[in-house]
Order: sequence, then structure tokens, then C-alpha cells
Amino acid sequence: MATFTLPKNSTVQPGKVFQAEAGATNVRSFKIYRFDPDSGENPRMDTYEIDLDKCGPMVLDALIKIKNEVDTTLTFRRSCREGICGSCSMNIDGLNTLACLKPIEDVTGEVRINPLPHMPVVKDLVPDLSHIYAQLTSIQPWLKSDTAPPPDGERLQSKEERAKLDGLWECILCFCCSTACPSYWWNGDRYLGPAVLLQAYRWIADSRDEATGDRLDQLQDPFRLYRCHTIMNCARTCPKGLNPAQAIGEIKMLLAEREG
Amino acid sequence: MAHSNDAREAVMIGRRTDGTIIRRPLSPHLQVYDMMQMTSALSIMHRITGSTWAVGLIFLVWFLAATAAGPEAYARMQWFMGSFFGVILLFGITVAAWYHTLAGVRHLMWDYGYGYDIPTTYRTGWWVIIATGVMTVLTWVVAIIAWAS
Repeated sequence: MATFTLPKNSTVQPGKVFQAEAGATNVRSFKIYRFDPDSGENPRMDTYEIDLDKCGPMVLDALIKIKNEVDTTLTFRRSCREGICGSCSMNIDGLNTLACLKPIEDVTGEVRINPLPHMPVVKDLVPDLSHIYAQLTSIQPWLKSDTAPPPDGERLQSKEERAKLDGLWECILCFCCSTACPSYWWNGDRYLGPAVLLQAYRWIADSRDEATGDRLDQLQDPFRLYRCHTIMNCARTCPKGLNPAQAIGEIKMLLAEREG
Repeated sequence: MAHSNDAREAVMIGRRTDGTIIRRPLSPHLQVYDMMQMTSALSIMHRITGSTWAVGLIFLVWFLAATAAGPEAYARMQWFMGSFFGVILLFGITVAAWYHTLAGVRHLMWDYGYGYDIPTTYRTGWWVIIATGVMTVLTWVVAIIAWAS
């Protein structure tokens, strides 16, 4: 069910302010969501004033600078810092994106940073993704084939068959899209969400996969697939420029065609 | 609690450093997300106008019933529709009906597999907004001309 407000234990309180060091000229405020499970308190918004002249260009640079120099308790996921691992996905300035790909100068005014929306928070900017990973597992994201591969080589594809996977294989599973989807917020217990459905279509569209019928059977469900109402927030927010809404549309069309 | 049959309930439970159980907070959603972007704003409008239109049809039923019920009932209905509130209401229903129809065409286009890319989505979104204004004004111009003649 859709609950538009936050539960009592989740409302965000005002937090501490860490002022910029004296003499800083190019100061920008970063308002960052903080939650410490050990404190027993509600989440709060801490404000960090950062001198951009002494900081890298991306939001992730600022987060790392804060953790290194201002407040070591700040917790967030990051790894590759170049938009390929999908770890630093978070809500920046009202949209989900990767902190490492988001230039600070693209944000006007203070930079508001929250965890991915409508998710359980483990600590600070770290959400628990186990439900969404379980949903990914449920669509069996691997090649399924009854036919044995050729004894002397790989399963080959034509260039056209391979081209069908473009725009699908690039997904890095950062889940910016799923957590940007109001439908996933309200029905994420049973609706699979844009990221997982894009993965589902990635295997449906693969010429080497022989389980297309089974895959479509699994998705023919009022909740798993059809909670998508083409809101398009997924495509709008994807930091890799992919289009989950279109992939979902393709699945819907395949199901409609199958019905005849 | 209403949440009890929600599969996500399991991941709402976490542990503190000392091992005691804690209920995790839910991260902010509507509170922080930019819902006024073209994508979600038009989607919400589609739902609101759909509901408005459905409720507005009650007045169409009233019109039909009053027409069938005789001159007195018809005069009462006509008085209401001609009042300030009635005109605002009819205008609102016209806006809702046009928006819902045009946005519905946009949805049909998507269902046929066209216009998913974001630039096209924004362009068709603006078309829907502008066309709703144009068609609403046209409808009223035609209605006022027909009423005056």
C-alpha cells in the first residue's frame, strides 16, 4: 500500500553544522542524511561547508573529502569512482544518480544528499539492497539453454542479434531507476521494478537464450510486470542513459503478441 | 500493522553494533524526490484528471436526468451550470477531459513502442500541456459561439 508519509522512526531531524575553515572563499554547503543505528535517534541532516577550491569536481570527491578531513563517521558506498561499479548511487539534489558522475557545479545552491529513496537504511547513505537482489535472482539472470554449445567454439550471434543487447548489457545494477519509481515505492514487495525488468528483458532479447517462453510466463503477472505505468522516472534518472521503461514496453508487447 | 504482509518487512529489521535488534528507518521518498520533473508530474496529472473527469460525469448524468425530468428540473440545472461555480466546474472538467485524452494518446503511443527516449518524452509532454490549453480554449470558443447564436 502507498503510504505517502515517513514512519515515525524515519522522520528527519535537523543535525549538526560543520563550518568551513577560516579563509575559505569558494564555500558550498552539503546537506547529508545521517542515520546511526547505535544512537537510537531518528535520522538527521548534517550540514558540511566545503571549500570547493580544495575539493575534486564530483559529489563523490566532496563525500570522500568530508570522510577524510571533517567527519570520519560519514558512511557511504563507493568503489571505482568512474561510473562502472554502481556503488555510490544515491539521491543528489532530488534525483537519483551516481555521486562519482555528478559534477558539484551541476547543482545550484546547497547540495542535498539522501540515500536511495524508499529503502531501509543500514547507516547514513547505505540502503539495504537484499530485497532488490532477491528480485534480481528471481528472474534468473543467466543464459538458459537446452541445446549444447558447439563442441568447437562459442554460441555465435549475428551482428544484428548482438545489437539487440545494446542499451541492456550496460546496466551496472546501481538501482537508481527502481528507487526513482513511485510504483516501486508503493508496490516494491511484488513489483519487480525497472532495473530487474530491464535485466529480465536482457535475457529475453538474447538470441542464445532458449527460455524465452518461461521468462515471459513468469512476468505475466499483475504485479511483477504490470505495475509499470510508464511514469518514465527510471529513464529520466538512469546515470548510464539507459531506458528501462522501453525494455518493459518491449516485454509488454511480446506478451501482447503472444496472446495473439 | 498494514505492513505485515509486505515482503520488504524482513529487511526493515537490522542490528546495532552490540547485536540488539533495531527497526531501520525508511529513506525519504516523496519528501526529497523531484516530483515536478516532466515524467512524474504528467503521470500524477493523468491520474488526477482521470478522477476529476469521472467525478465530473456525475454532472453529465444530472444534465441528462434533468432534461428527462421536465422543465422545472431542467431550469434548476441550467441555473446551476450558468452560475459562477457552475462555469468554473464545467471549465475544470473540460481541462481534465482534454488533458486525460491527450495524455492517454501519449500512453497509447508508448504501448505501441514509440517515443520512449527522454528527449521525445519531454517533447510529447509539452505537446500534451500546450494542446490541452489550446483545445480547452477552442472548446469554449465554440461553445460560447453556439450558445450566443
